[in-house]
Amino acid sequence: MEKVQRSEIAGRRISKTIIYIVCILLSVLSILPFWIMFVNATRSTPEIQSGLSLLPSTHLMSNLHVLLDKSFDPVRGFLNSFIISSCATICTVYFSSLTAYGLVAYNWKMRQPFFTFIMCVMMVPAQASAIGFYQFMYKLHWTNSFLPLILPAIAAPAVVFFMRQYLLATLSIEIVEAARVDGSGEFKTFNRIILPLMMPAIATQAIFAFVGNWNNLFMPLILLTQKEKYTMPVMVSLLRGDIYKTEFGSIYLGLALTALPLFIVYFLLSRYIIAGVALGGVKE
Amino acid sequence: MRRKGVNYSKYGYIFTLPFVLAFLIFSLYPILYTAVIGFTDMKGLIPKPIHILDNPFQNFKDLLFDNPSFRKSLINTGILWIVNFIPQIVLALLLTAWFTNRRLNIKGQGVFKVLLYMPNIITASTIAVLFSSLFAYPMGPINSLFQQLGWIDAPVYFLQDKTTARGIVAFIQFWMWYGNTMIVLIAGVMGINPALFESAAIDGANGFQIFFRITLPSLRTILLYTLITSMIGGLTMFDIPQLFLAGGPDDSTLTTSMFIYGQAFKGSYMYNRAAAASMIMFVIAAVLSGLLFYLMRDRGAAKMRKAQKAILKSEKAAAAAAREV
Repeated sequence: MEKVQRSEIAGRRISKTIIYIVCILLSVLSILPFWIMFVNATRSTPEIQSGLSLLPSTHLMSNLHVLLDKSFDPVRGFLNSFIISSCATICTVYFSSLTAYGLVAYNWKMRQPFFTFIMCVMMVPAQASAIGFYQFMYKLHWTNSFLPLILPAIAAPAVVFFMRQYLLATLSIEIVEAARVDGSGEFKTFNRIILPLMMPAIATQAIFAFVGNWNNLFMPLILLTQKEKYTMPVMVSLLRGDIYKTEFGSIYLGLALTALPLFIVYFLLSRYIIAGVALGGVKE
Repeated sequence: MRRKGVNYSKYGYIFTLPFVLAFLIFSLYPILYTAVIGFTDMKGLIPKPIHILDNPFQNFKDLLFDNPSFRKSLINTGILWIVNFIPQIVLALLLTAWFTNRRLNIKGQGVFKVLLYMPNIITASTIAVLFSSLFAYPMGPINSLFQQLGWIDAPVYFLQDKTTARGIVAFIQFWMWYGNTMIVLIAGVMGINPALFESAAIDGANGFQIFFRITLPSLRTILLYTLITSMIGGLTMFDIPQLFLAGGPDDSTLTTSMFIYGQAFKGSYMYNRAAAASMIMFVIAAVLSGLLFYLMRDRGAAKMRKAQKAILKSEKAAAAAAREV
């Protein structure tokens, strides 16, 4: 019996070592492409072509110069992406919370059918309606406008679903009734009392809505044709074109600039993001 | 918890109105409009009045039977999804088994989770262009690395070979998503009643037995959820193949979304054909969602039965394990 136990412990030690090695290799695989990207952003094209290096060089400024000389404008792209993502995120979290509150706090005839309907439309991909959407926006003269990228965010079925689950678990109707006794109107109750209560859920959903909007390529690519309206992901496509064909250092720098804001956000909020991913999966 | 007050029920309608309006205007109307365009001859840059074709299903018929490019895009989408999903779910399950095994007690899980999930948060277009630069020919980082390691003698033109190009696209998808799947699955395991694991451990079940007899059966719903959401995500795959090789070489990485985009927005203005292709995609997605909806509803009873079965099974497994020792 003792022998069995000892061999078991030795076996566990070996398998633990293997697990750590695999996990470390996977972590390296996650980091390495981005590391090469940041390092190559500081190297000149001849240096990049002469071989791989994991240490930065000194050509950051000359790469930046070449990059900005052509049509790539990271500041413009950043601002456009920021405006669209912030407005869309605010629309998504505010109106989804409002809709979820309407679903949980009030007893109305169409409540159950409406919830079933939200479940049904949760998965409709944007690509399926893209042609009609484009034609519609073309008629409204809303192409090259940010509105068609912001306003649809008001209807985010998956976020409503999540917010409803959160409210069902946390909202006690006594608070609402107490507010009514104190003479607070329904909208005021929602804005002043319910919204602050929902902040943890709102923060999680806001992060994902923001990142999702920031990374969206398909819709901006269809709708925005003027260069000064381009968002970051659309601007990335410029780096693949002919204008930077052999300027590898500048291409890597452009990529690094588009990824940098996300890296900063991720490392500041990674705890909440990981927790949010976990929550998203167990939604039932 | 829910108020029965009649006076307030109108607020249910008022509070959900913005959602309904935005949905009708920006989702439902465009979908119906797309469907209508699919039955018309709408082509060209200048908008024309809507004219339904004599045979309304002509566009669909042409796409499904006479358009090798569209068929290829459907097949490619399927291949790319399968080749990325199978390794993704296998690795995610393996990591889940490791990270949730209390006897192994793996340290640094927080750091590993943060690092493995990281590629998922970075803009897919950036990653696509980054990988096309990494695999550049003749002098790219991957070629240099492989030559330094002595794996290859001369530079390889990775992106000209169809299989390699598909493999790399599938790998990028896999690499971006396995961390996400892993975190979802770990959360699922955390939601399993710990008493199940404890009793199995006390009864002497080993790691394999616990994983296959308790963990996997309890994760069934979450696995199905992951499968279907991943299928719908895979069906609409666009960013990576579009910016990685723009569908090449020889259309081997052309996906359905790229086909739609290419027909309508890259100079040929074949809105009717693109709309018909969108509708075909919509129907596939709707069938998949319907499946998901069916699986997610009324799970209470099924879950109870499953839990009981799992307990019985774990008892049996434990008894068997005890006999073996």
